[in-house]
Amino acid sequence: MTVRTPLFLIVSLVVAAIIFGGALAVGNDYVFFAGYVVLQYVVLSTAWNILGGYCGYVNFGTAAFFALGAYSTVAVYKFVGDNDLPHVVPIPVLMLLGGVVSGIVGFGMGYLTLRLRGAFFAIATLALAVVLQTLVVNWDYVGGSRGAYVLRPENVPLIGNYVRYLFLTMLVLAVVSLAIARLIERSRLGYGLATIRDDELAAEASGVPTLRLKLIATTISGALMGMAGAPFPYYISYLQPDSTFGLDYAVNSIAMPLIGGTTSWVGPLIGAVLLGTLQQVVTVTISSAVNLLLVGCLLVAFVIVAPNGIIGLFHRYLQRKPVEDFIGRRKVQAESPEAVP
Amino acid sequence: MIFSFDLLINALVSGIMIGGFYAAVTAGVTLSFGILDIVNIAHPAFIILGSYVAYIVNATFGFDPILTAIVVTPAFYVLGAAIYQVYYVAFERRGQESLRGLAFFFGLLFITEVTLVLYFGVDYRYVSAPYIGPTWHFADVDLPLRILVPCVVSLLLIAVLQLFLTKTFIGRAIMAVAQDQLALRLMAIDPIRIKRIAFGISIATASLAGAFLIIIQPVEPSVGRLYIGRVFAICVLGGMGSLPGTVIAAMLVGIVESLTSTFYGPSWAPAVSFGFLLLTLAVRPAGLLGR
Repeated sequence: MTVRTPLFLIVSLVVAAIIFGGALAVGNDYVFFAGYVVLQYVVLSTAWNILGGYCGYVNFGTAAFFALGAYSTVAVYKFVGDNDLPHVVPIPVLMLLGGVVSGIVGFGMGYLTLRLRGAFFAIATLALAVVLQTLVVNWDYVGGSRGAYVLRPENVPLIGNYVRYLFLTMLVLAVVSLAIARLIERSRLGYGLATIRDDELAAEASGVPTLRLKLIATTISGALMGMAGAPFPYYISYLQPDSTFGLDYAVNSIAMPLIGGTTSWVGPLIGAVLLGTLQQVVTVTISSAVNLLLVGCLLVAFVIVAPNGIIGLFHRYLQRKPVEDFIGRRKVQAESPEAVP
Repeated sequence: MIFSFDLLINALVSGIMIGGFYAAVTAGVTLSFGILDIVNIAHPAFIILGSYVAYIVNATFGFDPILTAIVVTPAFYVLGAAIYQVYYVAFERRGQESLRGLAFFFGLLFITEVTLVLYFGVDYRYVSAPYIGPTWHFADVDLPLRILVPCVVSLLLIAVLQLFLTKTFIGRAIMAVAQDQLALRLMAIDPIRIKRIAFGISIATASLAGAFLIIIQPVEPSVGRLYIGRVFAICVLGGMGSLPGTVIAAMLVGIVESLTSTFYGPSWAPAVSFGFLLLTLAVRPAGLLGR
């Protein structure tokens, strides 16, 4: 398997350009509005998968990292507003800032909990969301429990409507995060993470620097989640702690890779596009509570019935194709060996 | 800040009482996570389910919430046993419990919460019982019965569980399954059956804990989330799988939370348990009474 990241980047940027062009051709701004959410989930689930899928450590704190990114944007916005600074901070800078903040928090929490069994890390991430929410609620500068308003500019030169601009930045971020995930998957880091996922003790014994690799994965994953959150205040324009720290982000970013398939960068992409689009449709046609219920049920159903996600189903279908043996009888190949413990 | 001795004593006492309640909330996790090594992060959701059962029965028939909870424990036990069976067949037997098992319980947590939201909305629900209004006074110390009664019943529950685990055959088998499954099998005991029973009991305690919760405070479906960090912090601090340790850790967390909310404001209290959790994991992962 060769890496060829530049080629991958070019191809996916072309695909991204086609997507953007297609959305422009539709001519309705709702496409950008809904598409932004789907792209945001592509980034979040790809980021989750870097730690969860490649390394096997479950992060329930997606909302916490996401909200860190969002609230660092709010803090910058307030700072710029309070000090009468002349310029609006561009979104890519905010993304980098949110990424740095979330990355640092991810590193710190990983350092404290990753040396222990995986379950502790998962529990700590779950509690992290509660604590960060407590901090934000008590921090009046970023709005406290009342929430914060962020006014977005009407238009952006060259692109037009601001939602289109947000869509475009999120599209680029999605491409970048997919490229990063793919690069990790096929590098020494990725193989190291896979050994940790399969047998941490054996990996440690064979000289894999497990803690360092886990920390790198946690930091990258957290940083990408923060970057996905940074433009969010501009998208939603009213940021409120309860919804920003909502469990929806956590459940979605877990469900999407698990439904798509966790072992490759394609899985989260498939899962996020399918589930994200489905949710947009259900939210509009039925209700948002039903849409969350749907995600929960799909998650449970997939982990029980199809542990390797859609990609796994696809592989199994390819392997199960009846083959002719030398006498000419049709026989069905056995199940894939990974089903055996 | 005005420091007053009354305030301190009252905060301590209410911390201890709340701690007793936390012990009941955590008992189930001590059984499932501490002893069986099943990371049931959906436990708080089952507690909320217990609260709603108590609420429905109380609102329609006016029955006492705690009695209701005791009556419905068998139903919760069956639910728990069924969940364990699914968990065993789908994850434990395949050796996939770490990633997918966690996701499974997370999904259960989510489904329970959203279903409750769909049926009951996000309004706060509460129950009525004779002991919910009055308060006993001893000198300057207030003992609201609303908290005292759940605390006492919860300590009783823990005592019964501890007796069960140490004195009965099945209880001792549950303790043994945590240590050596193979040895248990050699004694002609089916470890899966023992685990199923233990997990059933763990969920059954959620019925009682839910009733306590709705007696102490009004409940809405997402309240359970606040308890996830708390419950696991207490379980780890208490030394994973030790009921006496759980009680001590629960009281400790209760006292610190109560002091925090008395002297710094209630909005800071949720951060306490997380601080405890991180501190314990970083400094002494074996907990206070670690084996």
